[in-house]
Amino acid sequence: MLVKTPYREAVDVLVDEGGETLQLCYQCASCTGSCPWGLVRDFAIHKIMHEAQLGVVDFEDEDIWLCVACRACVNQCPRGVQLIDVVKAIRRTVMELGVGKSPSSLRVALTSIAGVGNPIGEAEEKRADWAKEMDVKTFTKGTDLLYFPCCLPCYDPLLKGIAVTTAAILNKVGMDFGILGANETCCGEAIRKAGNESLFQSLAEKNIATFNENAVKKVLVSSPHCYHTFKHEYPDLGSDFEVIHSTQYLLQLIKDHKLEFTKELNIKVVYHDSCYLGRHNGIYDEPREVLRSIPGLELIEFPDYREDSICCGGGSGRLWIDTEKGQRFSDTRLKQAIDLGVEVLAVACPYCMSMFKDSQLTVDKGETVAVKDIAELVKEAM
Amino acid sequence: MDRNGHRRIGVYICHCGTNIAQTVDVEKVSEYAGTLDSVVVARDYMFMCSDVGQELIENDIRELGLNRVVVASCSPRMHELTFRKVCQRAGLNPYLLEMANIREQCSWVHSDKDLATEKAKALVRAAVKRAFYQEPLETKEALINPNTLVVGGGIAGIQAALEIADSEHKVYLVEREPSIGGHMIQLDKTFPTLDCSSCILTPKMSAVGSHPYIDLMTYSEVEEVSGYIGNFKIRIRKKARYVDEDKCNSCGVCQEKCPWQVDSEFNAGLGKRKAIYTPFPQAVPNIPVIDTEHCAYFLKGTCRACEKFCDAKAINFEQTDQIIEVEVGTIIVATGYDVFDPSVMPRYGYGKYDNVITSLEFERLSSATGPTGGRILLKDGREPESVAIIHCVGSRDQNYHEYCSRVCCMYALKFAHLIKEKTNAQVYQMYIDMRCFGAGYEEFYKRLSQEGVTFIRGKVAKVTDHATTEEEKGKLIVVGVDTVLGNLMRVPVDMVVLCAALEARSDADKVARMFTIGRRADGFFLERHVKLDPIATPTDGVLIAGCCQSPKDIPDTVAQASAAAARALALISRGKVALEAAVACVDETRCQGCGRCEEICEFHAPKIRKNGLISVSSINEVLCKGCGACAVSCPTGAISIKHFTRQEILAELEALVGV
Repeated sequence: MLVKTPYREAVDVLVDEGGETLQLCYQCASCTGSCPWGLVRDFAIHKIMHEAQLGVVDFEDEDIWLCVACRACVNQCPRGVQLIDVVKAIRRTVMELGVGKSPSSLRVALTSIAGVGNPIGEAEEKRADWAKEMDVKTFTKGTDLLYFPCCLPCYDPLLKGIAVTTAAILNKVGMDFGILGANETCCGEAIRKAGNESLFQSLAEKNIATFNENAVKKVLVSSPHCYHTFKHEYPDLGSDFEVIHSTQYLLQLIKDHKLEFTKELNIKVVYHDSCYLGRHNGIYDEPREVLRSIPGLELIEFPDYREDSICCGGGSGRLWIDTEKGQRFSDTRLKQAIDLGVEVLAVACPYCMSMFKDSQLTVDKGETVAVKDIAELVKEAM
Repeated sequence: MDRNGHRRIGVYICHCGTNIAQTVDVEKVSEYAGTLDSVVVARDYMFMCSDVGQELIENDIRELGLNRVVVASCSPRMHELTFRKVCQRAGLNPYLLEMANIREQCSWVHSDKDLATEKAKALVRAAVKRAFYQEPLETKEALINPNTLVVGGGIAGIQAALEIADSEHKVYLVEREPSIGGHMIQLDKTFPTLDCSSCILTPKMSAVGSHPYIDLMTYSEVEEVSGYIGNFKIRIRKKARYVDEDKCNSCGVCQEKCPWQVDSEFNAGLGKRKAIYTPFPQAVPNIPVIDTEHCAYFLKGTCRACEKFCDAKAINFEQTDQIIEVEVGTIIVATGYDVFDPSVMPRYGYGKYDNVITSLEFERLSSATGPTGGRILLKDGREPESVAIIHCVGSRDQNYHEYCSRVCCMYALKFAHLIKEKTNAQVYQMYIDMRCFGAGYEEFYKRLSQEGVTFIRGKVAKVTDHATTEEEKGKLIVVGVDTVLGNLMRVPVDMVVLCAALEARSDADKVARMFTIGRRADGFFLERHVKLDPIATPTDGVLIAGCCQSPKDIPDTVAQASAAAARALALISRGKVALEAAVACVDETRCQGCGRCEEICEFHAPKIRKNGLISVSSINEVLCKGCGACAVSCPTGAISIKHFTRQEILAELEALVGV
């Protein structure tokens, strides 16, 4: 058993980096008890919290990079410890102060984002290519609505459908909207959680400057991650615009009778609550109301749904970090969907879609369930 | 002693050790005070409140003929009374004293010595100017009614009532349930001695029921409180039992014959009672009550079986509620607690799974008077093979109640013992800390450690019935972490007992308003001082005792109840109460009788009365707290506050700013 001595200076560093609530922890471990990693392996986040309290965090520990920022722990913590912020503080110490080492695959993604504004590593100029064959204009001063699709649908061919269907719906209902293409860059949400604060700030400042120049007042997003950072983190850096998630927007269109359904889908669908829409922002009902209003759609629920939803495993930068087979939450969730006998696993987040599509390749009978964004289902019924 | 009508003011600057002197140059302030108008003597001393300091003032009053005293020291809340007594002893009216707070409002909040000293000088100057205009005031006294009202018939109320009644003073004990006993009568054995709760409580209940000095009103509620310390008027509603108390002989036949079953509140919803019922066999008084919401006669006009079978002809469907008005001098509020409802925590499965129960429900299962006759059984009648006891459900949790409920660690150990005694079940305790603070408590914990209980340190994340292995099938699985091992634990059990928080009663706000007591942020009633006066409230004459003040065990409840009784008896013994003289007074020549003062006063002191042909405001000096709200709201300036007159306040303000 290694002997340890508390080191106050290390605690002060973490407190300074935004982890001050680590002081509240009273070591009850309900966080570890509710953490999704417990389904597949050992991950004692409560231990890391206490190590942070003692100043003995092992900055070389790979476990630091396991957290997916799903918020299951923060929701239950009886002392109000913001574990996600403490993990972020630890990662910032690694990234910014050069202590320890971050996973190499994560570093690749971050370098791409820093270089060309997207994690896939493709050229900046190609950001609007998904809309090449569509009637989608560039956002300029005076355009009502900015559609901000998220890097993944812009560049990943498997996820392009999210952006394409959303734009198609907006066109069909006659909304005045535009996109910024290469003038925008990654929202930076996951980058901040991964600990690269300086990169996040430069991304955010670039976006805010572009938005201000173009007098952007309202932004429609497909990703709950973009939603979260635009709503809660950008205002501190000087942004001033309203953000709305596509499920909220679609519901409003449906309620205002601007969007009409003409087809019956006749499918069984299970809805997966994404962490950033659900636990982080309390948006549980709007996506369900949209699904329920689609004619012929039967909505099934997972046994662990809403606040108890299992994370897909893509948050906090883990989208770009390899997870061992047998330890992937998205596999577990997909299997659940297959067992429920549904035709479609409906999601409202490009990260979730990416993780589930990946799982389809390796999970037995993975191809029997289709993974679709709610916008895609809406378009199918229009 | 006003020599030639001149003011002769003595100013005393306290060093307060280094508390003041370290930051304020007290000698300079004293020197300065000596130069002020009408100041005859100015001194500084180490501790003005000490015997020596007090003597200094007393001697000066006598020898120098002082007729005003200014003490520059700590907050008047600390020592105004002390220095007022000094004046009294020296023959000076105690209201001719003014204090300048150069500690809490000066030396304790500033670090710049020069500025702090200048501020202290200004504060002294202001106090001297005010003292100039102060007038002597008379302290009045009110007589005390020697009766006491005790609200709530749990162990706290019972204890307080018996203490006072045993001293041969009358007590009105009002309890809203059909019987006294509170929550304590629902408990099985009690920690750490494992005394049977009923065995130790029923003799006290019986004593209350037959005490010549206790007027016991059960199935009754206080509806209105008015008056002031020593002279409260209470209106009580005695709800109709529909059973004539004088005729009923407690034979119990009516309950046997009644065909209508209702969930038993006494059994925490686990068993049934009848529509005509006594909550438990040892009820005091042992007179049944008809529950009109479930009685066929009251609902549909049918049945009347109880009436038919009652030999004593005690059933009276025509009975009505009685309004009883009593007068008392002191009120002791002992209304107890509610148990937290864990249905708001879906993670623990309460309300979802049959065999997840609360602590109170467990007490009823384990009690001989309970629905299973004291056997620990699952909902389907089987004995459990394993039981998990989960600590801190709703307590120590900022999502529900931040506080610790104080008794749960101990009763959890008790539960473990009872389960081991009555069954062969495996017992698991899921805890965060073991709080065993009282006499015999740690020893009890040690004893339980040797009874084969498994302790797992970690707050439970969830209770689920989703089995992942063969052993888990058909069980409730408690999922949590053992923090000492660092492992996630899955513990399959048959029964889960939740140590639910003790919380303030759901109608605590209504009760608080009725008795003019405040509530803390945690919902419980606000005491006057948490350490030094836990049974008094800011409202004179209204005391609190037991769990309505904060969660506590039986020993502490009994101690608090006895303390409240002692306080009540002290008042009774004194026979009278001194009233604060700094109260509002009305210049009737200016009063228009508009009633704004009556509207604004929280304490119901001003009342518009007819004085011949005109209406004027009249202040009840006993109720008045001297807060000044009426004076401010009076449009004609008819109301002024004694000891805080406009002249005094304006003089003080002008002096403060150096005008």
